[in-house]
Amino acid sequence: MNPGQDSRGNPGQDSRGAAIDLRSISKAYGSFKALDGVSLHIKAGEFMTLLGPSGSGKTTTLNVVAGFTEASSGALEVGGKSVVGVPAHKRNIGVVFQHYALFPHMTVSRNVAYPLALRGVAGAERERRVRQALDMVKMADFGHRFPSELSGGQQQRVALARAIVFDPPLLLMDEPLGALDKKLREWLQLEIKRIHRELGTTFVYVTHDQEEALVLSDRIAVFNRGRIEQIGTGRELYDEPATLFVGKFIGDSTVLRGAAAISGGETAIEIAGQKVATAKRLANGGSPVMLLRPEKLTLARRGADGDGRNRLTGRIGEAIYLGSGSKYEVDLADGSKAIVRSTLEADNFAIGDEVEVLFAGADVKLLADDDKADLTLT
Amino acid sequence: MEMKPLTRAILGLVCLLVAIWLVAPTLVVVPMSFNENKSLAFPPQGFSWQWYQNFVTNPDWSNSFLNSLKVASIVSVLATVLGTLAAFGLDRMKARPANLLRMLMLTPMVVPGVVLAIGIYAVYLDTRLVGTLLGFVLAHTILALPFVLIAVSANLEVFDRRLETAAASLGAGALTTFRTVTLPLIAPGVLSGLLFAFATSFDEIVVSLFITNPYLKTLPVQIFASITRDADPTVAAVGTILLFATTMLIGGGMLLLGRERKGRQ
Repeated sequence: MNPGQDSRGNPGQDSRGAAIDLRSISKAYGSFKALDGVSLHIKAGEFMTLLGPSGSGKTTTLNVVAGFTEASSGALEVGGKSVVGVPAHKRNIGVVFQHYALFPHMTVSRNVAYPLALRGVAGAERERRVRQALDMVKMADFGHRFPSELSGGQQQRVALARAIVFDPPLLLMDEPLGALDKKLREWLQLEIKRIHRELGTTFVYVTHDQEEALVLSDRIAVFNRGRIEQIGTGRELYDEPATLFVGKFIGDSTVLRGAAAISGGETAIEIAGQKVATAKRLANGGSPVMLLRPEKLTLARRGADGDGRNRLTGRIGEAIYLGSGSKYEVDLADGSKAIVRSTLEADNFAIGDEVEVLFAGADVKLLADDDKADLTLT
Repeated sequence: MEMKPLTRAILGLVCLLVAIWLVAPTLVVVPMSFNENKSLAFPPQGFSWQWYQNFVTNPDWSNSFLNSLKVASIVSVLATVLGTLAAFGLDRMKARPANLLRMLMLTPMVVPGVVLAIGIYAVYLDTRLVGTLLGFVLAHTILALPFVLIAVSANLEVFDRRLETAAASLGAGALTTFRTVTLPLIAPGVLSGLLFAFATSFDEIVVSLFITNPYLKTLPVQIFASITRDADPTVAAVGTILLFATTMLIGGGMLLLGRERKGRQ
């Protein structure tokens, strides 16, 4: 998370961006509900990422905000004004597409000047703003080129310049880095972050890449099956996932499933004859599962002292050296997998080693089981 | 794929034969147009410019040429506008009704020209359109429209409609988007449609023979009338002129297009 920006505060006080309010937005295509009651408030100047697998409704939400798709029902306000029924070309919202969508018959300069020409900005003022926008994306030397003469990353930077040159209070980005390779993507992520900081505009960013979402966003809305599962900072989503889907989608996780026994405030789950417990219980009932983050798990040789922690036996299935530590996949007795991250100082294990996985009951996230959480990940 | 020398030689020979077969009948008119005698016999005798002179000075020929030029110009513009709009509309329609409508609009290409001619003639007799400029323009536009429709549709098929979404997001309404984004990008199809429409009208003969009268003749009608009446080598002179004109037009167009494409890269 960006430490300079407290997302719980109000970055919108002196921001040039617009706040966005979606209330119970639904969109149906025949009997298929692409969006099922999506409500989301985005603060002025905030960097909000809509994260989810393909078909989860994140792009549909973006299209509704942009005006490309009309919602079946619900209210939508941008900058305090309802934009329901307002056509896309009158919304004054910048949009960056995954496929760049530069006009191939215009030079880079003319592409960027296009929205200015439509707004009656002419002459020296138009030139100045085109140059300024191209400067911001570091493409000032490419004004005379045609899009076909540029690489994918360069084209996307020009598209970004074109989307911000008319100072829209809101910028929408639909998987803008999806077609680029990893190195370029990481560099452009930082560029987008810098531009967001410099502009102070509200950014809404769609991606299916949770790492990208963590790098960029003030807050993240996690989409699944046309609904928002959880809204929060990256840290909140990682540390306190509200649903099993969020827990599995953000970061690595181990999910323990088994026959549950609830007594008082304690929940115990039996996995292949071994019992693990935590002093928590599900508030709303439902069948409980345990979710554990990789750094909360410790590996030990068989028969080592567990200090009273929960213990599960298993065998190392995969060992990955990461430089800053190691990542292990442990095959547990019931056939499921545990993912463990260990630090450099910890013991090393090899594939096939018989181990015990240890964890404290307090580190367990107890969540309601959801069989759909698995299906949507495939 | 590597070719054996023998295969290559045979292929070259076949290509040459086909090329001669395709072009020779057209080229025959060139020597015939310089014939000294009033005959269409081949090979021609002597050398003279008199048939070219006749084409320019004889009002039968010069008027029919100007008529054809006038009709074809109006038709090409009319058919291009209508055909482009039709192609655009069909592209944006639901698949099923669009296919039906498209087939309907392409029927003039499939229906035998004579059948169409009889129909048009019957209607024109009642509406007094025989031998009028309007009559020619309407009839030829029906015939030229499918060519524009096909050419523009082919371009729209590869046109990236997401560019229109992008234009809308930048503030362009539907008309502005069409003018500044869609039309420039489908311009090659519109232009080739225009050329086809012009050519279709300019050398249309079947329908024209039915709806012509002594006051309004197009060039193909005049050629046909002349050749059925007597062996006038002016026909060959006209043919030669048209041959050079079209060669220049197409060649020039290809050069221009090639240069533009090079400039873009």
